[in-house]
Amino acid sequence: MSSGASGGGGGGGAASGGGNSNHQRGAAQRPNGQTQNKICQFKLVLLGESAVGKSSLVLRFVKGQFHEYQESTIGAAFLTQTICLDDTTVKFEIWDTAGQERYHSLAPMYYRGAQAAIVVYDITNQDTFGRAKTWVKELQRQASPTIVIALAGNKQDLANKRMVEYEEAQAYADENGLLFMETSAKTAMNVSEIFLAIARKLPKNDQSGGGGGGAGGSSQGRRLAEGDSGSRGPAGACCK
Amino acid sequence: MDEEYDAIVLGTGLKECILSGMLSVSGKKVLHVDRNKYYGGESASICPLEELFSKFGAPPPDESYGRGRDWNVDLIPKFLMANGSLVKLLIHTGVTRYLEFKSVEGSYVYKGGKISKVPVDQKEALASDLMGMFEKRRFRNFLIYVQDFTADDPKTWKDFDPNTQNMQALYDKFGLDKNTQDFTGHALALHRDDSYLNRPAIETVNRIKLYSDSLARYGKSPYLYPMYGLGELPQGFARLSAIYGGTYMLDKPIDEIVLGEGGKVVGVRSGTEVAKCKQVYCDPTYVPDRVKKTGQVIRCICLMDHPIQNTKDALSTQIIIPQKQVGRNSDIYVSLVSYTHQVAAKGWFVAMVSTTVETDNPEAEIKPGIDLLGPIRQKFVSVSDYYEPTDDGLQSQMFISQSYDATTHFETTCLDVLDIFKRGTGEEFDFSKIKHELGDEEQ
Ligand SMILES: Cc1cc2nc3c(=O)[nH]c(=O)nc-3n(C[C@H](O)[C@H](O)[C@H](O)COP(=O)(O)OP(=O)(O)OC[C@H]3O[C@@H](n4cnc5c(N)ncnc54)[C@H](O)[C@@H]3O)c2cc1C
Ligand SMILES: Nc1nc2c(ncn2[C@@H]2O[C@H](COP(=O)(O)OP(=O)(O)OP(=O)(O)O)[C@@H](O)[C@H]2O)c(=O)[nH]1
Ligand SMILES: [Mg+2]
Repeated sequence: MSSGASGGGGGGGAASGGGNSNHQRGAAQRPNGQTQNKICQFKLVLLGESAVGKSSLVLRFVKGQFHEYQESTIGAAFLTQTICLDDTTVKFEIWDTAGQERYHSLAPMYYRGAQAAIVVYDITNQDTFGRAKTWVKELQRQASPTIVIALAGNKQDLANKRMVEYEEAQAYADENGLLFMETSAKTAMNVSEIFLAIARKLPKNDQSGGGGGGAGGSSQGRRLAEGDSGSRGPAGACCK
Repeated sequence: MDEEYDAIVLGTGLKECILSGMLSVSGKKVLHVDRNKYYGGESASICPLEELFSKFGAPPPDESYGRGRDWNVDLIPKFLMANGSLVKLLIHTGVTRYLEFKSVEGSYVYKGGKISKVPVDQKEALASDLMGMFEKRRFRNFLIYVQDFTADDPKTWKDFDPNTQNMQALYDKFGLDKNTQDFTGHALALHRDDSYLNRPAIETVNRIKLYSDSLARYGKSPYLYPMYGLGELPQGFARLSAIYGGTYMLDKPIDEIVLGEGGKVVGVRSGTEVAKCKQVYCDPTYVPDRVKKTGQVIRCICLMDHPIQNTKDALSTQIIIPQKQVGRNSDIYVSLVSYTHQVAAKGWFVAMVSTTVETDNPEAEIKPGIDLLGPIRQKFVSVSDYYEPTDDGLQSQMFISQSYDATTHFETTCLDVLDIFKRGTGEEFDFSKIKHELGDEEQ
């Protein structure tokens, strides 16, 4: 089976809405025998100072919604969304921080095995840009060496209160090999675009996308679920 | 920090993280603090390798060890029983979503100086070199009895009362010899010593059932091990706690546990900050004056560039040396994990030999285990005290966990956690409080 069902049974489908979701689970055979689609699943983590709009970006991307008074994240921390890309369906398993970063106490487990990260700052707040740089460093040091990192300058709709110049951020992103876009969860500007750009940059053929280390090999573990005999975990899973 | 909480949890060891998760899920406002700047306390996995070497005062590792960050070395070796209480907790709490596991490849038992695969089903029993032919047949009958045994159906007990008759009597009923009793009691039922022989048989029968149910789940062996090491477990439960509103602060020294009227805890002080609370949950290191030392555990971490001989080159394995085989009162445990679990650089293995200390020369006690390993590139020995709380915490509202014992599985860990939760909240943990269906976080 090529798609990593995250848990036994039928659950785990992509969230509805979003516009471009595709619920197909396996490489469907067309009547004429042609393979229509392959599915790649990736773990994507969000990082950034509190209140920069991490959860808002996810909510916009997954459900097409925005809340002016988005509460500080508790309760929901794990969403999925799929994107169609040419002949490939890219399924993102999106992790939000659950607030653990607030007192600099984010567990490394959070970005373990992540193939992609969006580091978010608020363009109206210089401190959040500094914090974003710290996160990039942390990822470069701790996460998988092949991780795709995107920098998102969020709240672009508030450009009149801008404190971080576009050029400054772009230069920093170039130096560090990051994707970069200014986004707005409020107006939806560049939100699906940044996820799409990540999807394009992710390797879609090699097995060892994830993993914090170069140990490689048949490095995949399995998720545990009630009553099943273990489905393959999605981290590191990719098309075959 | 200057706020009021229902509970403050000190230490981010596995037990404290599970408790923190269960408390948050039950609607309690939780502050979780650790004096270290990493998660896991005693149950952390040390990364990078340089950190492990310096922790034990050794000169830094050379290049042959590969990249330091590819290593995550556990301080306490344990495996999960695939059908055991920790896996049930992981599944019911949904924490399993954050983790990935691999089956441990083999389970071995030591007899007469060499190791043999622990036979778990009738087929393996027949092929095993642990028993002679007649004994095999008796062991087979015993396994069938255990398999068919149902606690609430006396018909399956076959003229034996498992609630009043002891395990020795059940062994005798099947005519099992001392050797077979040894590996059944220690490698299948995972008893640490022989006191179980005089207790009702039901306990051991259930343990053997757990072993074979666990085995039935994923094959090969009944044990599971998390990718990136055991340190992922506390982090997973910490995330659960955070998702349900728990506040996390690492790198926060605790200077005082503040007591009020009647010796009841009212808060925790760090520097000049005081967080108020109704209860404290913590590991023994935070309350040295409220715990008593009841023993010692020796653990020896061995870094090797090869698997253990006679294990079919298993990349992960457990070996149990039953006490009697080496003239001891408690078993010696050997566990092995490797690069395939992302806990070591490519080609490397981490073995751990541990036991309950019985003499004043603990290193000599683990020699039979060390001798099985073959050449060892680097050895780190630690002897740690085993602590238990001096009281049940009901008066002070401070609930203290026990140190981690020498067993190589988590069953005792979970029992302690569930017991503490019950004492602290006055109720059993209600798993239905968790909206754990897979889709729940996708709402
Ligand atoms: C059909 C058969 C053929 C055998 N052929 C040989 C052989 O050619 N060469 C050889 O060295 N061993 C032979 N044996 C013995 C066998 O290999 C082992 O010695 C025996 O299995 C001892 O291990 P155990 O733990 O099963 O003994 P147990 O099952 O514990 O023995 C149970 C009881 O049976 C008795 N017992 C064991 N073996 C025998 C026997 N062969 N005759 C009578 N009583 C016995 C024991 O003394 C003991 O009291 C044979 C056994 C059987 C059943
Ligand atoms: N104007 C504007 N406001 C935004 C945008 N994105 C988020 N916000 C607002 O910023 C606030 C914080 O957003 P969140 O999504 O909760 O931020 P977060 O990074 O998840 O915060 P934590 O969960 O506390 O770490 C909310 O009030 C949002 O409505 C945006 O693009 N434009
Ligand atoms: Mg948030």
